[in-house]
Amino acid sequence: MDQPPASFQDLSLVEALRDGLREEMARDSRIIILGEDVSMGGIFQATRDLRAQFGSQRVWDMPLAESAIVGISIGAALAGLIPVAEVQFADYLFGAMRQIVNEAAKMRFRSRGDWLCPLVIRAPYGGGLGAGPDHSQSVEAFFAHVPGLKVVIPATAADAKGLIKAAIRDADPVLFLEPKRLYQQSNGPVPTDDYVVPLGQAVIRRVGQDATVITYGAMVREALSAAEVLATDDIDLEIIDLRSLQPLDQTTMLTSVHKTRRAIVLHEDARFGGFGAELAATISEQCFAVLDAPVVRIGARHSPIPAHPGLEQTILPNATTLIQAARYLVS
Amino acid sequence: MAIRDVTLAGLSRETLLDFYFKMWLIRRFEEKAAEGYTLGKIGGFLHLYIGQEAVATGLISQLRNDDVVISSYREHGHALVKGVDPNKVMAELHGKATGVSKGKGGSMHIYSAEHNLLGGYAIVAAQLPIACGYGLAANHQHLDYVTMCFFGDGAVDEGAFHESLNLAELWSLPVIFVCENNLYSMGNSLEKAWSVNSLEPRAAAYGMAYEKVDGMEIINVHEAGQRAIERARAGKPTLLEVITYRFRGHSMADPGAYRPKEEVERWRSQRDPILLLAAKLREQGIATEQELQQLEDRASGIAEAASQFADASPFPTMDDLVADVMIDPTGAIAWRHQH
Repeated sequence: MDQPPASFQDLSLVEALRDGLREEMARDSRIIILGEDVSMGGIFQATRDLRAQFGSQRVWDMPLAESAIVGISIGAALAGLIPVAEVQFADYLFGAMRQIVNEAAKMRFRSRGDWLCPLVIRAPYGGGLGAGPDHSQSVEAFFAHVPGLKVVIPATAADAKGLIKAAIRDADPVLFLEPKRLYQQSNGPVPTDDYVVPLGQAVIRRVGQDATVITYGAMVREALSAAEVLATDDIDLEIIDLRSLQPLDQTTMLTSVHKTRRAIVLHEDARFGGFGAELAATISEQCFAVLDAPVVRIGARHSPIPAHPGLEQTILPNATTLIQAARYLVS
Repeated sequence: MAIRDVTLAGLSRETLLDFYFKMWLIRRFEEKAAEGYTLGKIGGFLHLYIGQEAVATGLISQLRNDDVVISSYREHGHALVKGVDPNKVMAELHGKATGVSKGKGGSMHIYSAEHNLLGGYAIVAAQLPIACGYGLAANHQHLDYVTMCFFGDGAVDEGAFHESLNLAELWSLPVIFVCENNLYSMGNSLEKAWSVNSLEPRAAAYGMAYEKVDGMEIINVHEAGQRAIERARAGKPTLLEVITYRFRGHSMADPGAYRPKEEVERWRSQRDPILLLAAKLREQGIATEQELQQLEDRASGIAEAASQFADASPFPTMDDLVADVMIDPTGAIAWRHQH
């Protein structure tokens, strides 16, 4: 080892995220935070204490108008600031859809690079909290579809910090979706030094030989625990955490599938029309000749997310769903 | 008649003749664009500014280069007055590589960072919160530039109008909201869209300074703009409701059958902003017939040259197409460190 061993601390995902925001704000005074109740930390406490440290001019409480939160952030970004907007729940992004899709994502293109929009929009997303149909949705497929917009989803505390830093330093608009069920659950070692996790680089979370599971967000943990169970059955899964849906690291994904010859795409979002359909299509196009079986897609049932925790668990995929699918695929 | 170097409402002869020229430039430019559209050289939709020339000219002429202009899809006139090269604007309408956005933005998206022209916005009212963000940044950076945000009466019906006015006043943003009220949002007349036939109570609802202006009298427009710009430099927004009229359809694709012919004819013959200024200039002996004709001819020449420039320009290439969608992650980080 040429480098001294890095030091680590054990943080939850939301703590690591907050550290990332704090370090970036200390580094660059152009960074401002805007959102609902952000001065009080926001409802998931991602921005706690930032107002006290950086003042009211850099942590702006916004009224309940998502379109204005994003629109104003776009204007501030064009004027030379680096806004990090928080939308309280990803379900509320639809109120800001026209600003994100029609304005932020196209600004660079239609001004032939004259105006850049270095904006981050953070939003907690996904189910698992029993929060009902309008506070549990997975929205990534809507946004990964939009040219000009980057979509990033961390699955670990360390990645939450490294990816938010990369998103803030990126010159394009980035939608940063945070699996909210992991905020307090996903504790892990987080490097204490300044580091970024580059956008568009997937990571192999577990090396295996029999099938590749391509996933992201809250499903990464489910996949890893499924892999432990399957290992006792002598089924050896390789787990890939995409981390960025756009840009998409096809190389890591396709190289793995070439090796294992079997692929499962797994996400919490509804299967029908989900991002997994894009992944499955890409794998089928690029690896058709080496595949031993059709790509398996796992996603939620095509239904709004019910509030009742038992019903919610029934329609969202989890480790058990993956175990069943993997046994079928490998057998 | 002897030419007098008099002022009119405090405006010098030079300024008045400049107004006259710029209004003709917009009109002749738009007429050439209409011709290009009719000949099939300009595709898509083309929204002409003819009839509304006094608004952009009277307001934008008094801005500094670092002041920001942001507008709707009817923005060719705003771009020209802000100083963007007519050749590049016309080329953009023609989808040519020499256009301000290399032909990828088209008529509705004229941008120029050099001139602090923050574009045309094709989605109605989308530019209002963006203008507020620009104003917020001005305050944050302790800079005294103002942001002038143009939109039509149709934009008032969008929620973004209300969200933006509320926050601009609440946060004392240096933004001037200019509603170019041409009485029709596409085919829908104001009577069918607004419960109250004025923006005054809407401005009052947010405690915002408001002024109603006759948009066909450029001197009135200029004066109201002066007051609004002064207020913005002192950190307060204004809503200007400028009553105007478009002499053509909503776009070139719109025959405008919803407007009575007599109404259109009345505005054209009695309220044309260029003819109104010309009459004043003659009346006061500020310019000779010959001078006025020369200014008009100069504008015609520039419009004609712009049209020829666009015709002669090449189309964008496939390389241009894939450029500027997204920066690569490595490049993005490098960019961020440089800026």
